[in-house]
Amino acid sequence: MTTDSGKRGEKGDILVEMKNVEIDGFSDERWHDIVKGVDLTLRRGEVMGLIGESGAGKSTLGKAAMGYAQPGCRIKSGSIIFDGIDLMALSETEKRKLWGSRIAYVAQSAAASFNPAHRLIDQTVEATVDHDISNDSDAKADAVDLYGALQLPDPENIGTRYPHQVSGGQLQRIMTAMAMSPRPDLIIFDEPTTALDVTTQVEVLVAMRDIVEKFNTAAIYITHDLAVVAQMADFIKVLRYGDEVEEAETRQMLSEPKEDYTKSLWSVRALQKEESPSDDIALSIKNVDAAYGNTVKVLHDVSIDIPRGRTVSVVGESGSGKSTTARVITGLLPPMSGSIEFNGEPLPAALKDRNKDQLRRIQMIYQMADTAMNPKQTVAEIIGRPLEFYHDLRGRQRDQKIAELLKMIELDDSFMDRLPGELSGGQKQRICIARALAADPEVIICDEVTSALDQIVQEGILKLLLRLQKELNITYLFITHDIAVVTAISDEIVVMFQGQVVEQGLKSKILAPPFPDYTQLLLSSVPEMDPDWLDKLVDERS
Amino acid sequence: MSEEPQTYSAAGEVGQVRLRRSYGQRVWIALKKAPISAWFGMIVIAFYAFVAIFGPFLAPYGEAEVFAKADEPWTVFGGDPAHFFGTDQIGRDVLTRLIYGARNTIGIALVTTLLSFLIGGTLGLVAAINRSWLDQILSRGVDVLMSIPSLIFALMLLSIFGSSIPSLVMIIAILDSTRVFRLTRSVAANVVVMDYVEAARLRGEGIGWVMRKEILPNIMPPLVAEFGLRFSFVFLTIASLSFLGLGIQPPTADWGSMVRDGSRFIQFVAYDWTLALPSLLPAGAVALLTVAVNFVVDWFLHKTSGLRDDH
Amino acid sequence: MHPVLYTVLQRLGLGLLTLFIVSIIIFSSIALLPGDFGQQVLGQAALPETVEAFRRELGLDKPAWLRYIDWIAAVLQGDLGTSFSGRASSGDDASRSVWELVAPRLSNTLFLAGFTALIAVPLSLFLGITAALKRNSIYDRSVNAVTLTTISFPEFFLAYLLIVVLAGIFPTLSNVTPDMSLGDRILKIALPSLTMTLVIVAHMMRMTRAALINLLASPYIEMAQLKGASRAKVIIKHALPNAWAPIATVIAFNLAYLVVGVVVVEVVFVYPGIGQLMVDSVSSRDIPVAQACALIFAATYILLNLIADVVGIVTNPRLLHPR
Repeated sequence: MTTDSGKRGEKGDILVEMKNVEIDGFSDERWHDIVKGVDLTLRRGEVMGLIGESGAGKSTLGKAAMGYAQPGCRIKSGSIIFDGIDLMALSETEKRKLWGSRIAYVAQSAAASFNPAHRLIDQTVEATVDHDISNDSDAKADAVDLYGALQLPDPENIGTRYPHQVSGGQLQRIMTAMAMSPRPDLIIFDEPTTALDVTTQVEVLVAMRDIVEKFNTAAIYITHDLAVVAQMADFIKVLRYGDEVEEAETRQMLSEPKEDYTKSLWSVRALQKEESPSDDIALSIKNVDAAYGNTVKVLHDVSIDIPRGRTVSVVGESGSGKSTTARVITGLLPPMSGSIEFNGEPLPAALKDRNKDQLRRIQMIYQMADTAMNPKQTVAEIIGRPLEFYHDLRGRQRDQKIAELLKMIELDDSFMDRLPGELSGGQKQRICIARALAADPEVIICDEVTSALDQIVQEGILKLLLRLQKELNITYLFITHDIAVVTAISDEIVVMFQGQVVEQGLKSKILAPPFPDYTQLLLSSVPEMDPDWLDKLVDERS
Repeated sequence: MSEEPQTYSAAGEVGQVRLRRSYGQRVWIALKKAPISAWFGMIVIAFYAFVAIFGPFLAPYGEAEVFAKADEPWTVFGGDPAHFFGTDQIGRDVLTRLIYGARNTIGIALVTTLLSFLIGGTLGLVAAINRSWLDQILSRGVDVLMSIPSLIFALMLLSIFGSSIPSLVMIIAILDSTRVFRLTRSVAANVVVMDYVEAARLRGEGIGWVMRKEILPNIMPPLVAEFGLRFSFVFLTIASLSFLGLGIQPPTADWGSMVRDGSRFIQFVAYDWTLALPSLLPAGAVALLTVAVNFVVDWFLHKTSGLRDDH
Repeated sequence: MHPVLYTVLQRLGLGLLTLFIVSIIIFSSIALLPGDFGQQVLGQAALPETVEAFRRELGLDKPAWLRYIDWIAAVLQGDLGTSFSGRASSGDDASRSVWELVAPRLSNTLFLAGFTALIAVPLSLFLGITAALKRNSIYDRSVNAVTLTTISFPEFFLAYLLIVVLAGIFPTLSNVTPDMSLGDRILKIALPSLTMTLVIVAHMMRMTRAALINLLASPYIEMAQLKGASRAKVIIKHALPNAWAPIATVIAFNLAYLVVGVVVVEVVFVYPGIGQLMVDSVSSRDIPVAQACALIFAATYILLNLIADVVGIVTNPRLLHPR
């Protein structure tokens, strides 16, 4: 090392320089390109956002900045220079001297990335002590300071706990402390808040940003969420299919992106449904209490009215009871008390007591289209079954109807004999929509149907759902945690928290002040496409 | 940078590109890519099947035909051309016994495995779907049965029921079905929680349809692989029991008892190694088949799951 | 109560319950015997009174549950009953107690199994760990191919192969006697022990490798690497503390396998162990001896699995440090 670990180069010096980096991954018994020749330059004290959808190669590229290729990958060519050191020329042992001392890594799943067998503080200082940057007691005292700086509760003692004894948001902050402990030159944040609820995400983001600023550390922040990265990064690099799309300063990229693809990353946010009130209630849940195994009560006195031909979105974080509400409506989980009315008539509580026609009228679309379709059935079998089952269509008639449905979801009949494994994510979700339509339903329950999809595909699906609603006057119950999706599709909104309905009403009413406390917290925690959003939020809350 | 057109069309979205091929073509492509060990295994299995099916036409003599020249073990240095592999201690032709042994040992093992899959597979499937008291009773019962080593359990039951082919088949099938039950139950339980099964139930499908159309096609690959493994295990157990003198009884020819018959030369092997051949020959026949089955299963599992490191 | 203690006690209770049910199954086997069984043991010439006396001795005139209590009470005091062999139709009784038959055989088997385990366990752990660390190397692939072949072989085939190759060096009959010196004994059991070692090592090495590869794929192992920990440190400090449960399971599984595999190997090499005793008693339908052997085998098997589970429980950090 040319500089001692005490103080390094000046702010603005080039820290990482990657040139024409190509990375291959091994799967299905052959090598595939993951990163196809990307350049990257990062200066001291800067934070770079690395953004892209699944399969863009962002995480692989981020790890390559440490000279690390995860198992099953190899850095095929290109140069990676870290502070004048050619990482490609270093042996594994030499690289290990840099990792955990001058370059640190923060992983996506903190819960899985901490060793369950050791105390948190020992893991926090491990690299610092191993690399002789500090002795054990000094490092631990420093770790306690870092815990405090990261707003962790009881910083003196939290480190004596084991990973399974603290919450996910706290673990993620402790992992940031672990990365910061050796005072590295560079930290790689690999989707650090993706697994967290929005309200927790805000706290973690604030803590991470402040500490990176405080120590003036350079960082690469990897995420798929442009709004999140806008709060963290000085400039942003967009990747797609292993290639660079564009790179620009954060503000510039948000105000005037050069490439259409970049714009499509927030395309869902541009969608906005014109709300229209209605009093014609199709489905109504009245005072429902529900529990799993008659012990853990998850729904408390839930009442929701769903008007015909409209979309009601149920929003809430994990554990709010929104998916349980869907299970109650479908009859999978009969409620302990309360009732469900469909077109003014009571609907039997249990699935087995409902007749075919009642079942037909309420259909469901799932979050993971992958697991919602039998991988051994062709598209024609998947869509054709409800046609046979409910409408008794066979042979030519059935095939004709399938072709019609495929057309309705903007696919053609060449898809008829494909298996789900031969479809893309968006196509799969469309087939699931077609299966629901095949029943000719009145109500469709959509359970997080877009959250597993890339932005541009989400937009397509949402537009399709809107068009179908207009054409067929279908009623949607839309379960989601994503506020952007909510504004795009709903007429009315139901906010749920810990098994209770916080409020229900028209979109314009719910999304405008005055807010009940929880709605306020939830809505304000959703990152916005504004680099100053986090600052404003911190100001407001303090 | 990117020159692809940005107009979006759902049909144009890239899925996992895979050419449409007929089932036969796909099987053939898979076979062509099979490693040499799998090919070796398949050829050996085909050969054994051929011998087992056409045994009576291939064998030079009758199954229990006795010749005057008794107890002349095969020597590699030229024996009697009429009895290529020599004769056993009561004068039966060893080659003939080997061929009939294929028929008997493989046939009995196959019947036993089928029976064990019928019992274990059905109960496992039922337990996976009906996760109630029935599942509890079956699973706890299987736990207890599996807490006794199966060879020991089989020995004990044989001491009570005696060694006849029907009791042998029944005892081993029932003991082995515990393992089939566990596998079927756990594999099917993973499928039962899938959204597409829930979707079928929400549609109002009956339990029979759900079992046949939604679950069974998706648990077939592991079950087929397990069939291969169970078969070789059952085959080994029967051969071992016969070797211990407690399995298939004379005069029915079978490989396990032939190994036992040959073992009387064991203390002379130090002086003339060819005296081990009367035992090695049938033992090798058993080993070759189990190795072949294992090779094919290993390849099949790699093919169908892609992940898998053991068993 | 501390969750570790609670879970261990729960597991011990389950083990005892299993043992109890297994003992009932083994006991009730005698009730399944055909009615003319006395005749079969004593011979066709036996007088009705002799047969009746024999039935009374077995307690067949009492209700089953009472018989079970008598039997299990006796077993717990070390009394395994009396052998069926040595009885004559005349009513003369030269039969010996089961314990007398079992005891010397049991110590022989324990000697053979223990000696084998002493070699096989360290060897297979070493092979399994090195193969997992050098995953997909030529070393890994060749060890994998050899072990896949070996586990497919029946024990008797391996035994005869070894006899052919090593007959000149080691004795092919393992007829040990109590007055032999330790060296002589070890020489005598060389071949059976080697046979079992081959089988066990193949199984155990594959399981160790699979368990370790599974463990090394954990995100916290990658994290440790990215913190710059050396290879040795990753293994010793990060992998090992979480590996006790899978390793204990592998060892217990294979020792249990050893206990069963011993039956065939003992017969091949005519080794006077409990496996051969069981085979003999089954062919002569000497039920009390067969029962005793089955009980010993089953208890060993249950005990080994119990130990593995307990090791897994007491090394589980989630139970050691509850919320």
